[in-house]
Amino acid sequence: MNRGIRKTSTLGRREQQLAWLLVLPALGTIVLIAFFPLFWTVWDSFHVHDLRMPWRGQPFIWFMNYTEALTDARFWEAVAHTMFFTLLSVATEMIVGLLLALALHHSYRGRGLVRAAVLLPWAIPTVVTALVWRFMFESPSGIVNAVLIDMGLGSEPIVWFIHTTTAWVPIILADVWKTTPFVALLLLAGLQNIDPSLYEAARVDGARPWRQFIHITLPLLQPALLVALIFRTLDAFRVFDLIYVMTSGGPGTATEPITLYTFNVLFQNLRFGFGAALSILIFLVTFTLALLYIRVLGRDVIGASP
Amino acid sequence: MKRWTRWSVLAGMGTIVAAMILPLYWAIVASLTPETQLFAAPSLFPTTLVLDHYCALFAERNFWVPIRNSLIVASTTTAFCVALGAPCAYALARLRFRWNAQILGVILAVTMFPQIAIVSPLYLLLRVLHLINTYPGLILPYLTFAMPLTVWLLVGFFRQLPRELEEAAMVDGASRLRAFWEIILPLSLPGLATTAILTFIYCWNEFLFALAFTLGPERQTVPVALALFRGQYQVPWGQILAAATIATIPVAGLILLCQRRIISGLVAGAVKG
Repeated sequence: MNRGIRKTSTLGRREQQLAWLLVLPALGTIVLIAFFPLFWTVWDSFHVHDLRMPWRGQPFIWFMNYTEALTDARFWEAVAHTMFFTLLSVATEMIVGLLLALALHHSYRGRGLVRAAVLLPWAIPTVVTALVWRFMFESPSGIVNAVLIDMGLGSEPIVWFIHTTTAWVPIILADVWKTTPFVALLLLAGLQNIDPSLYEAARVDGARPWRQFIHITLPLLQPALLVALIFRTLDAFRVFDLIYVMTSGGPGTATEPITLYTFNVLFQNLRFGFGAALSILIFLVTFTLALLYIRVLGRDVIGASP
Repeated sequence: MKRWTRWSVLAGMGTIVAAMILPLYWAIVASLTPETQLFAAPSLFPTTLVLDHYCALFAERNFWVPIRNSLIVASTTTAFCVALGAPCAYALARLRFRWNAQILGVILAVTMFPQIAIVSPLYLLLRVLHLINTYPGLILPYLTFAMPLTVWLLVGFFRQLPRELEEAAMVDGASRLRAFWEIILPLSLPGLATTAILTFIYCWNEFLFALAFTLGPERQTVPVALALFRGQYQVPWGQILAAATIATIPVAGLILLCQRRIISGLVAGAVKG
């Protein structure tokens, strides 16, 4: 590549100029409206910045906002809620998504219909998902309670949203319902990249379907599995819309994730300095996950650029 | 495949499709059920269906206002993103220049920015510019997630086109820019359309920014209006679900119209680039 550029140096230089001309408008926009605010958040996180008390000014306070966050019980509870939600929903989504992808991969009839059905939950607004599932679980005579009682699984209707543990059930089910399709589609693409002759060879050697799955499918699907896993973890960690609409973090703050806590600190308490510190903590976690993701992807994506 | 495996796969898929569709079906049925019967005795096959909730939505609640807001914000953002994103994506996909790989990495990283990390400075910025509760006050923040997404998807599409196309044009004396404008752009219309649709859907569904940067019903987008729906005495579930159904229609229509392309675009964007 180096030699190519040197050989056609004037052409190469003109191409460089053209490239920058084409890239700059979009890149400039991104830098201006995404990176600049991010640095502002960092700055805010080292200062007192309280919109309710403007007379206090914005004095520099070192890491006080961060130490406050790290000694704040509600912060740690929110972290625990986020981790609990992420672990449970992502694990379920990966397992169900894999099963769904395998089923889709092995059937030709009705694949289009299934694909459309599967894509719909992924594409509709999260707010709609949250409302639909809240409706199904809400009120003693909602459809979920009616079905449970009909099936003889309970005699009393459950009031899902007033107990700490039961409130998580509709939240996690709704998330699984909404995002499993996406996982399945990613894994299906991975399955379709596996060379079918491998299975034929295994069959000739007398390998049972289960052994084929363990020794061919799983290892070759590993990159796709990893991408789906990191993607989903990133998303689940940032959960906001779903819980805001379903429980608003309630009962009390029993289902409040870290993003919702931060949002409340910012827009209810108007403590922008402390809120900025919380935002930066969230950013650092997602950034680590994103780096992992880019490293996994990067090998063949960014490396393959011309 | 053995017969029983085929049957079990079919049965499994039937269950999954049912699980995917049932909640939506149930919501639509409920949106057509009179309020008095809504919680009386849930039945999958209702006998009386009425359009009351839909009528109330537009007659009493001016639901067309959030629909108008969402349409304006989502389509303007999409137009901006495609117009600025397509040249950028082309350069990143095809031209040799320094920092190419790094810029692509940065753009991919921005698609993963947590919105909450920039919501407070954006709020302060929009307040200084007097853009809180305005259309530009939503479009500008939306560019933060829509622009990198557009560029990222389009890079994938441009890479799929054979290089010979513009090389042939350039051998014939066309400049790089003309080759892009006259050869590549028309050929990548399907890719541009798919990208535009995905960007539009992301903007249509966005919630956090719209919640933070609007103050009242006159500029609220559909998701915010839905989430803040309140009744006078109790939760007006019939109307909420009618509104939810309407919010879903554009997205569902776009998805069903071109699901195959959307899937390949999405998967390429996430897996192969």
